[in-house]
Amino acid sequence: MSQRNKVVASFAEAVRDIPDGATIGFGGFAMPGTPFNLIKALAEQGARNLTLVANTTGGAQQPRMPDIAMLVENGQVRKVICAFTAATRASDVLPFTKYYEAGEVEAELVPQGTLAERMRAAGAGIPAFYTPTAVGTELAEGRETRVINGREYLLEYALPLDYAFVRARRADTFGNLRFWRSQRNFNPVMAMAARVTIAEVDEEILPAGAMDPDDVHTPGIFVHRIVKVPPAPDGIWPQKRQERNR
Amino acid sequence: MSGTKGSKGWNRQQMADRIAQEFQDGWIVNLGVGLPTLCSNTDIGDREVIYHSENGVIGYGPIAAPGTEDLNLVNAGGQNVTLKPGAAVVHHADSFAIIRSGRIDATVMGAYEVACNGDFANWKIAGAKGGGIGGAMDLAACAKRVFIILEHTTRDGKPRLVRQCALPVTARGVVTLAATNFGLFEPTGEAFRVRDLAPGVTLEEVRAATGCPVLA
Repeated sequence: MSQRNKVVASFAEAVRDIPDGATIGFGGFAMPGTPFNLIKALAEQGARNLTLVANTTGGAQQPRMPDIAMLVENGQVRKVICAFTAATRASDVLPFTKYYEAGEVEAELVPQGTLAERMRAAGAGIPAFYTPTAVGTELAEGRETRVINGREYLLEYALPLDYAFVRARRADTFGNLRFWRSQRNFNPVMAMAARVTIAEVDEEILPAGAMDPDDVHTPGIFVHRIVKVPPAPDGIWPQKRQERNR
Repeated sequence: MSGTKGSKGWNRQQMADRIAQEFQDGWIVNLGVGLPTLCSNTDIGDREVIYHSENGVIGYGPIAAPGTEDLNLVNAGGQNVTLKPGAAVVHHADSFAIIRSGRIDATVMGAYEVACNGDFANWKIAGAKGGGIGGAMDLAACAKRVFIILEHTTRDGKPRLVRQCALPVTARGVVTLAATNFGLFEPTGEAFRVRDLAPGVTLEEVRAATGCPVLA
């Protein structure tokens, strides 16, 4: 196995080459596993006309953390592909909504399991797949379906990424990753779908060989750059969510 | 946990309790955000239920006590939860592989409308651009049973149990049971059949507040 060192010194350096028009996927579900530091670095780097793939556009919970909507606010985004593009209760307003309703950004709404599987398929060399999800709904209108063994399925295409931003608990210099608890979420499928995966990592990066191969959740084959998250306030870490009164 | 002020019949927790009474020993159950979460407060005796969350947490327990939270461990609602003995964590594609392959015995969700043909709507508000699907369409299409908890009427008194959904549907023909403040109802195609009435609620009141026939 190659001993090539994938450690990069800063978030700025890790995102420096991202061009205008890139498609970027983000791991994260609520706080855990969200690459806050890389999102902040991308906002500072300034690439524009981006297509962003994530579970949500962010901003639904407090405190507000670096999120997709901040990149939208920053004028960097052409389109988002998410499982949530609006709030589901009339009293909630997402930061993203203003820009979406004004037509300043496009959105593709995708069921969460379909979104994960589209990335997994891209990473697995599968161009498309059939799923029972969303059959009979507005999302399936005008699209290809097929009856297999008596049940109707909707055709969904793989979603390859130019870049993926992920966050892990542990990494070695080869880029092998291990997650902690629900930090894992979308991160492994984002990593496998991308041409270039950049990981921000909680713990000190270990020398290759220090991780037990059986403990690797995402192999270094899918990971290209790794950056250690510095302690707060230089690094951004998950916060305790402030509960809202309902 | 307070009830919905001014509404008749069961309060929010009692609606969730009635659904949770359907859970059988050994079931894998997915609880949606909001009202359905209250099902985890229900005492279901010796029956053991494994809670599955879309983000890949299988076998989560109660909300973590203040000061003991693991900020990297949340349920689908983003709340810091605990793990029960035997819990497992998987990534999102595996979590939805479990859903899509029919291994979830019951999913409990909120909704804006449920129709007597088993359709329901819960992802798009009237007039909104975009929506919030999350895992609802995967769960609705693939879980063995779909349980819905919702208020029987809107704030201005319009029925939420209807003949046909006016809002865009989440899935068609999938609802097993719907619990409202008025009782527990089973869609039968052309009508809702009453499984239970909340104390103090009459069949006549239910019929007056429902948008399609109601069978005793």
